[in-house]
Amino acid sequence: MFAFCEDPSALEGARWFACYLTNGVHFKFYQSFLVVLLLLAVTAPTALAFGFAAASATRSRIPPVRWFGNIYTAMVRGIPDIAFFLFFVIVLDQGIEYLRHNIVCPDWTDPIRQGANFIVCPAARTPQSSSPQFVHEAYNFALAVFTYAIVFGAFCANVLIGAMRAVPRAQMETAEAYGMTRRQAFWRILVPQMWVYALPGLSNVWMILIKATPLLFLLGIEDIVYWARELGGSRTSQYAYPHPDWRLWYFLGLLVFYLAFTRVSEIVLARLTRRLSHGQATAAGEQARRAA
Amino acid sequence: MKSLAISAAVLALAATGAMAQDVVRMGTEGAYPPYNFINDDGEVDGFERELGDELCARAELTCEWVTNEWDSIIPNLTSGNYDTIIAGMSITDERDEIIDFTQNYIPPASSLFMALSEDADLEGGVIAAQTNTIQAGYIAETGATLIEYATPDETVAAVRNGEADAVFADGDYLLPIANENEDLMIVGEPVQLGGGVGMGLRETDTELRDAFDAAITSMKEDGTLNEMITRWFGPEAATYE
Repeated sequence: MFAFCEDPSALEGARWFACYLTNGVHFKFYQSFLVVLLLLAVTAPTALAFGFAAASATRSRIPPVRWFGNIYTAMVRGIPDIAFFLFFVIVLDQGIEYLRHNIVCPDWTDPIRQGANFIVCPAARTPQSSSPQFVHEAYNFALAVFTYAIVFGAFCANVLIGAMRAVPRAQMETAEAYGMTRRQAFWRILVPQMWVYALPGLSNVWMILIKATPLLFLLGIEDIVYWARELGGSRTSQYAYPHPDWRLWYFLGLLVFYLAFTRVSEIVLARLTRRLSHGQATAAGEQARRAA
Repeated sequence: MKSLAISAAVLALAATGAMAQDVVRMGTEGAYPPYNFINDDGEVDGFERELGDELCARAELTCEWVTNEWDSIIPNLTSGNYDTIIAGMSITDERDEIIDFTQNYIPPASSLFMALSEDADLEGGVIAAQTNTIQAGYIAETGATLIEYATPDETVAAVRNGEADAVFADGDYLLPIANENEDLMIVGEPVQLGGGVGMGLRETDTELRDAFDAAITSMKEDGTLNEMITRWFGPEAATYE
């Protein structure tokens, strides 16, 4: 990074830290923050979409669709996140390989489960063992994102079901009186009005999602917790920058990062709530009208 | 026509078989210096990195390095996430039932205790060891209380924090730490465990195992392996005759 970093053993004080904090492993550490942000950026909309679909399903007139919505929300809500994560990622991975196995090599005769081994034909391996490491990492990450979306989709669904119920019944009755079909009333009257009721709940889910990102570590993805533990561990002179056990400081850094991140989220969400409440027949909307 | 279809299928199969061998994915822990560790540039480094690259060159294989937690390093080999384990893994009968090993590339070496004081209680005290290691298995059989940790670094930290009276691990891992830290010292008698360190492979990959076995033999014969061991583990480390 800097020119004076060529011989780390000769450095001291601020210069040592400047070089230490800009070496290759630290850049991997900084990149892992981007991984967390990427996870949030992909998971949040996907979870919201899952939640919306499930919430709409629970209102369906077709019983199987309604059952599916109810079972999904009840199941994910009742199972601890960590257990669901560890279970579902394996299920998803083996499920994909099993399906591809049946499609790609139907003539395979060896059993797939051989004791502890789960062996599909080489062509069905996902990802292919010849693919570069990047593909393996992206695949693991995609599995993780999908699992997050399922878990947090159920939380969103609960919030949205409540929000849909909170829209005054009179609004829907008026829509029907105007001759709108069920579908029209749902999309034109219910959905636009429910967001303001859903926002406090969704903000809460967002906060929980931020705080759940270290679960990536459990799934074997090299996230910020992994690197904090890795870099904080004591290092002998085998390394260019030896140091004692600094895990305390690295984890402290993570605490500060998460606290700052959730604080910024709170501020943004508070502003958004104020915006959406404008002109709404809710307590917050009334307050805004009086203040104006 | 039918035979054409069959030969095409055979060709396709042969092609995928060759593809699978084209890149050999080398699985390691990356947290066990000097065997294997992530260096300051963020790359896998250490004795096993150098050894593995040399073995791949001799066996004319293209190799790629991946890291995996020690805890799940065997299950992830059998499920096909990578093709070899080259992570300071001692050859033991229990492991040999699940996976295959090459011949050893580090001769059986001694495991040591490290503690904060000479009078640490090794027989009845609390001893830290890494999960799923032969050292943890050994302590479990003695009268001492075993506490296990996921990474080697945490076992040493446990002694410093006073959670454990001593740590029990491979001598080659503990010696550099004991030499560089005045508060830590090697105590008690060395213990001989395991059948040396070898590469782990799936039981079905006999061809790949034979290729690595031949490469290890050639390195033992021309003396490059001994030279490499001495360079990474110091002149006292055990070498091949």
